[in-house]
Amino acid sequence: MTKIKTHVLCCGGTGCKASAGDEIINNFNAILKEKGLENEVQVIRTGCFGFCEKGPIVKMLPDNTFYTQVKPSDVRKIVEEHIVKGRKVTDLLYLDPENKQHVSDSKHMGFYKKQLRIALRNCGFINPEDIDECISRGGYEALGKVLTEMTPEQVIDEVTRSGLRGRGGAGFPTGVKWGLCAKNKADQKYVVCNADEGDPGAFMDRSIMEGDPHSVIEAMAICGYAIGATKGLVYIRAEYPLAIHRLQVAITQAREYGLLGQGILGTDFEFDIELRYGAGAFVCGEETALIHSMEGQRGEPTFKPPFPAVSGYLGKPTNVNNVETFANIPIIITKGAEWFSKIGSEKSKGTKVFALAGQINNVGLIEVPMGITLRDIIYEIGGGIKNGREFKAVQTGGPSGGCLTAKHLDTAIDYDNLVAAGSMMGSGGMVVMDETSCMVAIAKFYLEFTCEESCGKCSPCRIGNKRMLEILDKITKGNGTMHDLEELRNLATVIKDTALCGLGQTSPNPVLSTLDNFWDEYVEHVVDKKCRAGVCKQLMHYEIDPVKCIGCGACARVCPQNAISGEKKMAHYIDNLKCIKCGACYEKCKFGAISVK
Amino acid sequence: MAVIKLSESKVNFIKDVCKSFGNKPGEVINVLHKVQGEYGYLSAEVQEVIANELNIPISRVYGIVSFYSFFTMTPKGRYPISICLGTACYVRGAEKVLDEFKRLLNIQVGGTTDDGKFSLNCLRCVGACGLAPVLTIGDKVYGRMTPDKVKEVIAEYN
Repeated sequence: MTKIKTHVLCCGGTGCKASAGDEIINNFNAILKEKGLENEVQVIRTGCFGFCEKGPIVKMLPDNTFYTQVKPSDVRKIVEEHIVKGRKVTDLLYLDPENKQHVSDSKHMGFYKKQLRIALRNCGFINPEDIDECISRGGYEALGKVLTEMTPEQVIDEVTRSGLRGRGGAGFPTGVKWGLCAKNKADQKYVVCNADEGDPGAFMDRSIMEGDPHSVIEAMAICGYAIGATKGLVYIRAEYPLAIHRLQVAITQAREYGLLGQGILGTDFEFDIELRYGAGAFVCGEETALIHSMEGQRGEPTFKPPFPAVSGYLGKPTNVNNVETFANIPIIITKGAEWFSKIGSEKSKGTKVFALAGQINNVGLIEVPMGITLRDIIYEIGGGIKNGREFKAVQTGGPSGGCLTAKHLDTAIDYDNLVAAGSMMGSGGMVVMDETSCMVAIAKFYLEFTCEESCGKCSPCRIGNKRMLEILDKITKGNGTMHDLEELRNLATVIKDTALCGLGQTSPNPVLSTLDNFWDEYVEHVVDKKCRAGVCKQLMHYEIDPVKCIGCGACARVCPQNAISGEKKMAHYIDNLKCIKCGACYEKCKFGAISVK
Repeated sequence: MAVIKLSESKVNFIKDVCKSFGNKPGEVINVLHKVQGEYGYLSAEVQEVIANELNIPISRVYGIVSFYSFFTMTPKGRYPISICLGTACYVRGAEKVLDEFKRLLNIQVGGTTDDGKFSLNCLRCVGACGLAPVLTIGDKVYGRMTPDKVKEVIAEYN
């Protein structure tokens, strides 16, 4: 057997794959072969490293060198310099924006320093399509422990004591949920994994399934043992082809190894998993709607009770948990409830994975202990706001959440504090906005989403949200009145109180939280007919400053409407009747002569 | 019942798909995924065959096709363009990219070019928010889009 001296870990997540990740892997294999090194260096396609901003990422083991923004053409240099000569390729290393030093090990980067990886423990370390690599990092150890040393009651007790709460958004204690389902006697029960990550701006579940699918499979089997179910179903979005593929591979391998199927690990426990595909309906994240969709019906929610734990899939007791919740289970079993409950804040234990996106320097997937402040996330991990602009708001919880502002920067992030601040944890999308985002337009954006995704079953959600959207549309077009703002708040409160399911009850949150935190901006739209961010097109126009304009004509050339005219080397001007406010001129002008009025 | 004008091979394909799922009504969504994957869209006639095979009313099949945004009843272009309008892409200017596609292809969202080459749609988050704004053409993902790059992207398919 040949000895592998170096491992090359290449990110195979959706983001890096889109930036020629596959080509990088192919180049590595080809060049290593050409140098006769193919038996000494192993190239592994891993799951997401999290640092999507600097992707594609290539990490070298054993010395942990972390190469960023690697291009297929850089591969030869890495092989010839790093692997052959043992010299690091400095210009591919991460450049610390503070002290302008190159950092080679990821643990010294600001992005990783404050992170704690529990749910993502294997993402970026293993080849997700190879079960042996997962097992070598402790995979399926928890399942073995559960089946041979613990009773179902002990498993539920361990999960309850750990304090783990549902990571899908509402934060219901996971152990309690399992206990409710275990109590109900039935000839068949089901374990369902909710992988219908429909929240725009959230990609943590996708990354877990792409990077460490076995942790989800193992946890579902553990849950099956605890509640007395032999069947598992993963409800996954059809928009995630790579995650679907990796789950399928993982399920097949687990079956081959006797970790799924009959007589698991030589015991008489039986469990198997099937995939069910979503078809693009946000409301299917709600558990009753999800169950109806799996049954081959329209994904409309139904009234609870009965809860799925009593009557769920095909009328049988069903336990539904989200991907990230499941990913936490195996490590809770192996390391124990005490270990887990020491991490996090008083009422929210453990860590949370957030998808950090928007106008922030370090976009990516992060996992942090509960109780961390927003400031740490945005400035330490996220590296601050893009282009040095001013922080304005961060949206958490997607269409069900709200916006937090500068005054919340030092709030400890956990389930209860976020709700108190008018937002919610949600599944973990965190979209950062700067002064170029108009908060009225953002509220409208989310409401458009909710209106499109409302299933239409209950009238508060179907009609109420539509009316709110009409009012917001009126305001962004400059036709709003102060009465409209009052009406908006009334409607929002009524919808919150009367809608049937979680989607409807939370849909007014983006409006309410922007009304609370950005009242001035609403008033500006209504009274002064002004949009300070320059987003609402009817409330703004572009102007060329005749002093700053040197008459280069660049703006006139990019204008799709030919709305800009002027003599060469003379100040130009914009015909506002022709202008469609696309902003092309604004972006083209190198002299800052064009401004938004 | 209307006379079905689909070719025999098409009807047989659909029947085989239904059979592979045991002709069970509960599998209708999986059947629709498979059939749309093959033909690109689900015409009324296709839905009728599926309803017959699974022994459910056609209204139920139509109810599902129209409920879920992934299913479509109109044919897409050979190169279906989907612009992500998820929050992360939205705040990084996805709308401007969309406007540029509309302008250059001269079609609206949901439309297909006259030559059947491109169709334009929006979707909500492909989960590549790190590369926002993002769009997909077929299975290929394009990240860090700007209105400037739209022309180049379209040219790749000429």
